[in-house]
Amino acid sequence: MAARYAGAIALALLACSCAGPTVREETVVLLPGPDGRASGALVVQRENTRQVLDQPYAANVVRSDGRLEGARVSSQLVNENFGATLAALPARATTFLLYFLTGKDELTPESTADLDKILADMKSRPVPDIVVTGHTDSVGSAESNDRLSMQRAERVKTFLTGIGIPPDRIVTAGRGERELLVATGDNADEPRNRRVEINVR
Amino acid sequence: MRWTAAMIACAVLSTAWANDVGQVKVAKGAAHVEREGARVQVSVGMPIRQSDTLVTGADGSLGVTFADNSLLSIGPNSVLAVDKFSFNPGTHEGQFDASLKRGTLAVVSGKMVKQSPDAMRVRTPASILGVRGTEFLVKIAEPGN
Repeated sequence: MAARYAGAIALALLACSCAGPTVREETVVLLPGPDGRASGALVVQRENTRQVLDQPYAANVVRSDGRLEGARVSSQLVNENFGATLAALPARATTFLLYFLTGKDELTPESTADLDKILADMKSRPVPDIVVTGHTDSVGSAESNDRLSMQRAERVKTFLTGIGIPPDRIVTAGRGERELLVATGDNADEPRNRRVEINVR
Repeated sequence: MRWTAAMIACAVLSTAWANDVGQVKVAKGAAHVEREGARVQVSVGMPIRQSDTLVTGADGSLGVTFADNSLLSIGPNSVLAVDKFSFNPGTHEGQFDASLKRGTLAVVSGKMVKQSPDAMRVRTPASILGVRGTEFLVKIAEPGN
């Protein structure tokens, strides 16, 4: 069944000149998201016709005579028609969290173990844009936490420049105790709040 | 002191994105950008601006990230115009209009579409695609193929 549809689309993609087309054939395909499920929906509007694609590999073809048709395509057909295009798609933006020892700019043993994996991701991006934001728990004064959060961010920047990432691709900020990940009262020793968030794209 | 770091960060970010709405992350084969009537050779790391048109040759492809984390790539023999791009990193509001004139396009939508479903539109010669938080592909067949 899928193969029959795939064949129909393949023919449509390759053989649009037969009827002396008034418009160029167009194919739109909804892709699955990273979890394999539908990544959202796409509304295809052509003059007065409107179709919504909301299933993985659901496709919509504008024929050369202007007709709009729904279809499903195979992942193989996607690779044949869009292989070079998909290969050029940049890596997705990602967020990493690193946690710190209380009152210090030193990583916890768990985050030290995660560091190599995180640095490897950063290094795999040819021109990364990196924002490093330091945070603290609510122990101590707001002023000392501002300083500590910036020290934590700068420490992470040092790790990143240490693997060869140019410093001008990294922006650091310290948010002190303003953005607690886990809401607490003042002077709460909450390990999950002692963190640096790394956003990279 | 309290706000200095945040203000510096904001200043750096807003400078970086003042005119630049995106950045070339992948460039293969023949590819250039048409900007204000001039033809600019593409290199990895090059900023992309509103009103730029991305063009690839027979062996070319380009991948670009935009300020709201949306990702676009075009395959060989493709032409894509970035008609309009605006994005507020605080509210995640914005507008992204692009036109595929020929060839193939892959899109992974970003933050602005999560904020408002009508924020991103892709035009083709025959259609308007409304992006409701999604990943998709578009191909325009070559005449005479």
